[in-house]
Amino acid sequence: MRLAGFYGFAALVVLLPLLFPNDYFVIVVGASAGLHAILAVGLNLLVGYAGQISLGHAAFFGMGAYASAILTTRFGWPGLLALLAGLLVAGLLAWLLARPILRLRGHYLAMATLGFGVIVHVILVQATDWTGGPDGLSGIPPLNLSGWTVEGDLQWYGVIAAAMLLAIWLSLNLVDSQIGRALRAVHGSEFAAQMMGIDTASAKTRVFVVSALFAAFAGSLFAHQQAFVSPDSFNLAVSVELVTMVVLGGIASTFGAACGAIALTLLRQGLVVFEDYEMLIHGALLMAVMIFLPQGLFVGLGQALRTGLRRCGLGRRRDRHRSLSTAGVQDPGSPP
Amino acid sequence: MRSGWWRSMSAAALLLWGGLQVASAMEPIRIGAFLTLTGPSASLGDPELKTLRSYIADLNAKGGVIGRTIELHDCDTGGNAQQAIACVKRLIEQDRVDLLIGGSTTGDTMAVIPAVEQARIPLISLAGGIEIIDPVKHWVFKTPHTDRMAVAKIYANLRKRGLTKVALITGDGGFDQSGRAQLHQLAPQYGIAIVADETYGNQDADMTAQLARIKASNAQAIINFGFGQAPAVVTRDAKQLGITLPLYQSHGVVSQSFIEQAGAAAEGVRLPAAALVVAEQLPDANPQKPVLLAYKRRYESQYGPVSTFGGHAYDGLMIAVAAIRRAGDVDKAKLRDEIERTSGLIGVAGVFEMTPEDHVGLNADAFRMVEIHNGSWRLLP
Amino acid sequence: MPEQLFQFLLTGITVGSLYALVGLGFALIYNASDVVNFAQGEFVMLGAMLTIALLGAGLPLPLAALAATGLTVLVGLLLERFAIEPALGAPVVSTIIITIGAAIFLRGAALLLWGKDFHRLPAFSGDAPIQLGSATLLPQSLWVLGGTALLVLGVRFFFERTRPGKALLACSYNRTAAQLVGINVRVMLRLAYGLSAGLGALAGILIAPITFSSYEAGVMLGLKGFSAAIVGGMGNPMGAVVGGLLLGVLESLGAGLISSGYKDAIAFLFVLMVLFFEPTGLFGHKVAERV
Repeated sequence: MRLAGFYGFAALVVLLPLLFPNDYFVIVVGASAGLHAILAVGLNLLVGYAGQISLGHAAFFGMGAYASAILTTRFGWPGLLALLAGLLVAGLLAWLLARPILRLRGHYLAMATLGFGVIVHVILVQATDWTGGPDGLSGIPPLNLSGWTVEGDLQWYGVIAAAMLLAIWLSLNLVDSQIGRALRAVHGSEFAAQMMGIDTASAKTRVFVVSALFAAFAGSLFAHQQAFVSPDSFNLAVSVELVTMVVLGGIASTFGAACGAIALTLLRQGLVVFEDYEMLIHGALLMAVMIFLPQGLFVGLGQALRTGLRRCGLGRRRDRHRSLSTAGVQDPGSPP
Repeated sequence: MRSGWWRSMSAAALLLWGGLQVASAMEPIRIGAFLTLTGPSASLGDPELKTLRSYIADLNAKGGVIGRTIELHDCDTGGNAQQAIACVKRLIEQDRVDLLIGGSTTGDTMAVIPAVEQARIPLISLAGGIEIIDPVKHWVFKTPHTDRMAVAKIYANLRKRGLTKVALITGDGGFDQSGRAQLHQLAPQYGIAIVADETYGNQDADMTAQLARIKASNAQAIINFGFGQAPAVVTRDAKQLGITLPLYQSHGVVSQSFIEQAGAAAEGVRLPAAALVVAEQLPDANPQKPVLLAYKRRYESQYGPVSTFGGHAYDGLMIAVAAIRRAGDVDKAKLRDEIERTSGLIGVAGVFEMTPEDHVGLNADAFRMVEIHNGSWRLLP
Repeated sequence: MPEQLFQFLLTGITVGSLYALVGLGFALIYNASDVVNFAQGEFVMLGAMLTIALLGAGLPLPLAALAATGLTVLVGLLLERFAIEPALGAPVVSTIIITIGAAIFLRGAALLLWGKDFHRLPAFSGDAPIQLGSATLLPQSLWVLGGTALLVLGVRFFFERTRPGKALLACSYNRTAAQLVGINVRVMLRLAYGLSAGLGALAGILIAPITFSSYEAGVMLGLKGFSAAIVGGMGNPMGAVVGGLLLGVLESLGAGLISSGYKDAIAFLFVLMVLFFEPTGLFGHKVAERV
């Protein structure tokens, strides 16, 4: 496991609020980026390592958020219990859906996940008695973590940063584990993986459930942080944006996914100054990055850097004991 | 020598103190506006921002308010409630505004209320939902009529025409749904029976299926509580199906673009509207008339056709400015108290009389029933 | 009830033909490049908005429509040349993100050019509804149905009787084999994008008098068109047409008979059901996986 990079990243995440405790951009936008990172890292396990496209991931995000929202406001459940309930619901649904959906391939799979996402969104909008309808639910009580109530932007930054680091750590562990290797085998060639004796269906199901759990977890945190949820945050556009984050950062790279999430979140905030030109620039940037760095920002820049360093005579020797690297799947090193 | 030293010292101290006072008095008044400038509700935020900019420029040109210039900080929520929360946080924490005007939609407004209450900053909302001020929230006020008033106006007009069975058709937006809730809630009070209750998606291109069902019911009138392009589609589809029942719209369509898009089908459609659109038809003795005409003239000379949503922004700004003048400074708690004491302020939406229990200060008289006739608005008696 | 059913069907077929046309565009590009072009909905929007703009500038309707279609085809070709071609060889997912970026870009351009308002094209032959028994139809719907039929037949003819059309089909069956036979795949790609853009633009112009156009009009249409193409079997142009009609009718029936609020959910449930029983769509090629 690439520990050096992870610790470096963690140090940066901890350092930022200490240097800029009152900066809106760092604390509030940073927290938002952190949540997106958790979502992207979870989605990356599905898209990057298992090679399954999902255009409905926002649905699981929404499930976690609404579970927390509904159970704490209408039934008075404690926050942590509601969070667990959200995880349970999302995980169960993912497990039930996995078998039939994951039989599909490519664009058909994309469509099926898209359809699932739309159905969940429609229910969130229409089932007004439960979900508060299009105007959502407000007044969600603050999250209580065994005595400590999380209140204020700085505290939320801390909680989300910790959750994000946990998610990245889990993902890195998973990728390097037996399950991770099985997944990459599946991504490379499902048939070959089956021939090797890997139960591909169960591997794919498991990663689907895990990525759903990541999303639901992020959803619950989101609900308490905002004290408000509405269906607008869980629609198709959000699902597409999540996939964009994963691909932008670099498929099959945990840090890439986190990178893409943070980059895109910052970009959206930064572009706001352009007002009416925001959409135009946003689209142009997306196209430009994908055209010139088709492997994604993180992976692409990493490669460029490594090539540059090697040309200058620096850089590491190729690690001969790298883990299984199947065709077409990158196994990137630590962040540059 | 010593007395001379003391004299110069005290003179210096006095100058310093005086200078500080002047410096703080020179601090601009910062107003934060979070509006929907893009997205499906952009037709709300756009005239609102233009109105704010125009009148703030005017006030600054005349020397500002309490001797200080007004600085407007605006932020686009895109109609996304989460973005509204981010906007408000930025306005409060980074831009350090003294007062908030916005959101353009009920959804945006409700989403930011926790943050506003935590920051203890007054908020004047430009949205219509009754839940914004009912139950009353200490720091939250609003300027447009509530959707409950709109529904009351529609039902009163129906009773006058002897129609009691209505069919509802609403969209999936927040405005639509809270209007629908009010329609259900007030129906028994006016003796109205709801015999059909259809919904559509705000992006839908065709509502003939829902209208066919309404046609087959025994409804005597149709109420479409919607916003955006959908009500125009509903109106045209109703004509296409040959439905001759009276069609009522909400104040969400008080705009020239609705008349243009609905075309000939809009003839005879009735809706509650702020008096702004029929300002010329008001009797001269009406105290609102001069204010309305002045606003209309100024907006139209600068930007084009006037919109009632811009009028709400005008009201919000005027209430805020009057409160600042009465308070003498921009201490947030003092400002809030003065806003609550707004009385007799003639605005575009009506005459405002706020109380601790009533944070909108309008009554249903401020709404007028109008009818679309020959492509323009006609005030109904 | 039966009379209303007829009305629902009529509405469904009208809306369905629109989905069919958009889906056709998706199928064409997919055939030539294995890529789903998420900017397809924007081609539809551009066709409508450009026509409205040109009409406003004083051009007569047929000329405006023609010019708008031509301009949209140009946009499609430019998109292919500057955004897709430089990325040939990149993973499919990356190319999809490029088309998503292109869609956002086009939407942003439309926002700058024409603002946030909704615009309407006047109906081609008036607004007087046509009575068909107890149901009514707008004259414009006839234009939509007729136009769709003509375009579909045209595309069919193109694929079955013309050289470039057959070459395009060959690309979809087996790109390498097509190249071996001397077909210039790059040119085929350009042709596909241009054709899809043109089809999209025409669909937009046909439907603009019924719906309203704005810079965001392409999003929903793109989504429904994509669904139509998938249901029919990705890559099968006629399948996309059938898929579109089915989707439109089901949506209308769902709204009319079950619940208007949940109609989108019902439509997508149908799509999911189709995919569960036919993983490659109703008429899709049965994909043989290369081991």
